[in-house]
Amino acid sequence: MYEGVVQDLIDELGRLPGVGPKSAQRIAFHLLAADPGDVHRLAQVLTVVKEKVRFCKTCGNVAEDEECRICRDPRRDRSVICVVEESKDVVAIEKTREFRGRYHVLGGAISPIEGIGPDDLRVRELMTRLADGEVTELILATDPNLEGEATATYLARLVKPMDLRVTRLASGLPVGGDLEYADEVTLGRAFEGRRLLDV
Amino acid sequence: MGLYRDEGVVLRTQKLGEADRIITLLTRSHGRVRAVGKGVRRTRSKFGARLEPFTHVDLQIYEGRSLDVVQQAETVSSYGDRVVGDYGRYTSGTAMLETAERLTAEEKEPANQQFLLLVGGLRTLAGGEHPPGLVLDAFLLRSLAVAGYAASFYDCARCTRPGPHPFFHIAAGGSMCGSCRPSGSATPARETLDLLAALLSGDWLTADASDLRHRREGSGLVAAYLQWHLERGLRSLPMVERT
Repeated sequence: MYEGVVQDLIDELGRLPGVGPKSAQRIAFHLLAADPGDVHRLAQVLTVVKEKVRFCKTCGNVAEDEECRICRDPRRDRSVICVVEESKDVVAIEKTREFRGRYHVLGGAISPIEGIGPDDLRVRELMTRLADGEVTELILATDPNLEGEATATYLARLVKPMDLRVTRLASGLPVGGDLEYADEVTLGRAFEGRRLLDV
Repeated sequence: MGLYRDEGVVLRTQKLGEADRIITLLTRSHGRVRAVGKGVRRTRSKFGARLEPFTHVDLQIYEGRSLDVVQQAETVSSYGDRVVGDYGRYTSGTAMLETAERLTAEEKEPANQQFLLLVGGLRTLAGGEHPPGLVLDAFLLRSLAVAGYAASFYDCARCTRPGPHPFFHIAAGGSMCGSCRPSGSATPARETLDLLAALLSGDWLTADASDLRHRREGSGLVAAYLQWHLERGLRSLPMVERT
C-alpha cells in the first residue's frame, strides 16, 4: 500500500480492462517519473474525450459532432450500408480502403445467454434508415462467430420484405495461413464460397 | 496439475484480455469445465471455429491453478452452422446450453448423462425434423429429470394414484389428484399434459401432432417448472422464438 494519492492512482488504473495490480503500479510509477507536460496532456485528453465524444445520431459510430466524419462525407455512397457490431469494426474496414458506403454500428450482437436481444441493439434505428428507400444494399459485417452469425440471420430475415440486396462478408481461409491447420467449419465455408479463377 | 483429455460441448464463451476467451464446456468425464482458449479471437488462431458454442470437441486440457488451458481441440461434430441459420433454432439452442450449464452446478463433477442428453438434443435441433420449441421443452424436461426433478404428468405426484388428473402444481412436482391438490393448482388442458408426457418419454409422433395452443401452454408450464427448480429464471428463455 502506498500513501494517499499514489494508491488512488494505482486503484484507478487497476480498474481499466486488461490492467492488473502489477501493471497498474508500473504505469503509476511511470507517470510519476514522466515529464509533467506529458502527464498534463494525457489528463487533458482524458477529460476532453469524455466531454466531446458522443455517438453519431445516424450510424452510432463514435463522433465529435452530432454526425460522424463518415456520415457527413458527401462522397460516400448513400445506397450501401455496412452493418457492424462495434466502432472498432468501422476502423478495421476503413483500413482496407475497399468500402465507400456508410456504416451502421449495432452496439453488440444478439446473445440470449448474456441477456442481449434485438431490442438491446440499434436495430430499430437501422430499420428507420432503411425505410426511406435510398439504400439498395445492406452488407452484414457482424463478427464471424456464433453471435455475429445469429445477428446476421436475424437482420436478413427482418429486412427480407424490403426487397434489398443483402450480403454477408465472405468467410474462409486467412491469408498467410496453412490449409492443414484450418478447422472444419472454416474450411467448409471456404469451399462453399470458392470463386472461379479466370486467368 | 497436469494434462487431461476429454470430449465436451462448448456452452458459452467470454472475452478475456486482448485475444483470449474463457470457454465453458460440458465434458463427458469432468462435467462442467472452464478453460482458457489462448489467442482464440485472432483470425489466424489454430482453434478457428472449434471453440464456438454448439461445437462437440475432443480436447486436451492443461490443468491450471485457477483456470484450465485448452491445448488442443478437434471437432467431433459442429452443430453451430445448422443451428445459427435459423433464428428459432438458435434461441432454443442457447436456452439448452444455458440449462446444461445451470444444472451442472459443480465444476469437474462427472455429468455423463447431462452430456449425452445435450449432444442428443443438439443433434435433434440441428437436424430440423421437429419444431425447435418442442426440442427445447423435451430437453428441459429430460435434463430436469436427470438432475432428479422429474415431473409427473399422469400419476399424482404426491400419492402416486394413477391418473389422468385434472390438476397440476409446479412446487408439488406435477399432476395432482383431487384429494392431494394444494391450493393454487393449475388446471391445464389434458392434451397439454399428454404433450409434456410425450416430450419427456420421447414420443415424437404425439408431440409433432400436438396443437399450437397446447404447445404454448406446455412451454409456460415447463418454464415455470424449470424456474422453480433453478430458483432463478434463465436469461435466454424469454428470448426463445416460438412459432
